[in-house]
Amino acid sequence: MSEVFSAVATAVELVVGLDPDLVEIVALSLKVSLSAVLIAAMVGLPLGAAVALVKFPGRRGAVILLNAAMGLPPVVVGLIVYLLLSRSGPLGEMGVLFTPTAMVIAQSILVMPIIAALTRQTISDLHEEYDEYLCSLGAGHLQRISTLLWDGRFRLLTGLLAGFGRASAEVGAVIIVGGNINHVTRVMTTTIALETSKGNLNLALALGIVLIILAASVNAAAVLIGDAASKRYG
Amino acid sequence: MQKCFCVAACFVGMLVFNLGVASDEQPFIVLASTTSTENSGLFDYILPEFTRDSGIQVRVVAVGTGQAIRLASSGDADVLLVHHRPSEDAFVAEGLGVRRYPVMHNDFVLVGPATDPASVIGETDILQAMQAIARSEALFASRGDDSGTHKKELSLWAEAGVAPAADSGTWYRETGSGMGATLNTAVAMGAYVLSDRATWASFGNKGELEIVLEGDARLFNPYGVILVNPKRFAHVRASQGQAFIDWLVSPRGQALIAAYAIDDAPVFFPDTMVDE
Repeated sequence: MSEVFSAVATAVELVVGLDPDLVEIVALSLKVSLSAVLIAAMVGLPLGAAVALVKFPGRRGAVILLNAAMGLPPVVVGLIVYLLLSRSGPLGEMGVLFTPTAMVIAQSILVMPIIAALTRQTISDLHEEYDEYLCSLGAGHLQRISTLLWDGRFRLLTGLLAGFGRASAEVGAVIIVGGNINHVTRVMTTTIALETSKGNLNLALALGIVLIILAASVNAAAVLIGDAASKRYG
Repeated sequence: MQKCFCVAACFVGMLVFNLGVASDEQPFIVLASTTSTENSGLFDYILPEFTRDSGIQVRVVAVGTGQAIRLASSGDADVLLVHHRPSEDAFVAEGLGVRRYPVMHNDFVLVGPATDPASVIGETDILQAMQAIARSEALFASRGDDSGTHKKELSLWAEAGVAPAADSGTWYRETGSGMGATLNTAVAMGAYVLSDRATWASFGNKGELEIVLEGDARLFNPYGVILVNPKRFAHVRASQGQAFIDWLVSPRGQALIAAYAIDDAPVFFPDTMVDE
């Protein structure tokens, strides 16, 4: 138990002292994961809504596939993205392996199915409430998708947060495609893995505490903004 | 509300844009290397000096020797710094690397529980010690990850005439992990483990383990550095990579390697300094 207390003390020290290395690592973690969520949202929101609203053959299969893809193993995604981005791979020309860009690509792939699957569920539920209204408008697919996405925006926030949680907590993909390079691709989770392997368990646990606080703050901020906005705009 | 969303989207968009341009302000090389050089703190000590001297940033991807060689073989690194001579020579012979330069050396140590269940303390012959571990079926943690240390361990077992793979899962435990993770496992299990001296010296979670055998000439651990062949991979940053190699084997680089110490003890010994 004393180890946990000393880890908490180390965590407080790191945060209060604004350790420059820690600030850099936290900033990169946020940058990478938020970028991945943004990209995944641009694909996942319309995709999820389309699967919810458009009837097409094989839709049940698509739903099952989306739900299953929420559990994509990060290490497998990392490996596939590595093989694609390697100089010997099909996208090697881009030269983005071991850069933050590669990490964003891997995390976007991990996060997209989460956002798409949760969006599909949310939009499905909303659709039942709105069906008559939309029919009376004679709305087409595109209009239905955009209307429901806009009306469900506060509920959809949960999906985005789940995606952010997944992205900021995973280590398997970013350590393969980022390489955990100091000052270039080192993020919170890869730092924790590194410090654990150096036997600095105390520091590793302290960084873990910082990561949890960070995730909690992002969630709290999103919930508060959502609450305030939904009160003002219904 | 729409405004609010737009502001948020713009903010995140700026982050993304920032990512795209952040990477090319300084010349850099990618160095595929082993966990021992990174975890021991050597790179943190010498690389900033190289960057100050040359203006070139060194991006270290620290993995096991086997994986480092595979990275370099795919053209995903500019320079390779590893510790398994036969693999290094093969890398050059296949034309993947230009030339191997000796950089530094240290040694492997056999680490084990202070209670010494296989009675190897006092033994000076590593092969005898490993036979004693196998005979007593005392726990032994193996890297099992095709790293330089793993390859070394396997060659020692072979020399000792023991085939531990048959007992994998009983007393012989293959962690399939890096040196540090394997040391953490060995500490928790009270197992013997072969480690490079630098990683052990800098390891922060030694628990009840200590060095039980060192100094056998077979435990010699040489590191070599190789430029990935630009004739095979046109994108290799050859001039910067060669500049790094030249600096490492120069008197300045070698002196810095010699000066690096953990608890006042040097952990790497330069290869090309004459007054060693």
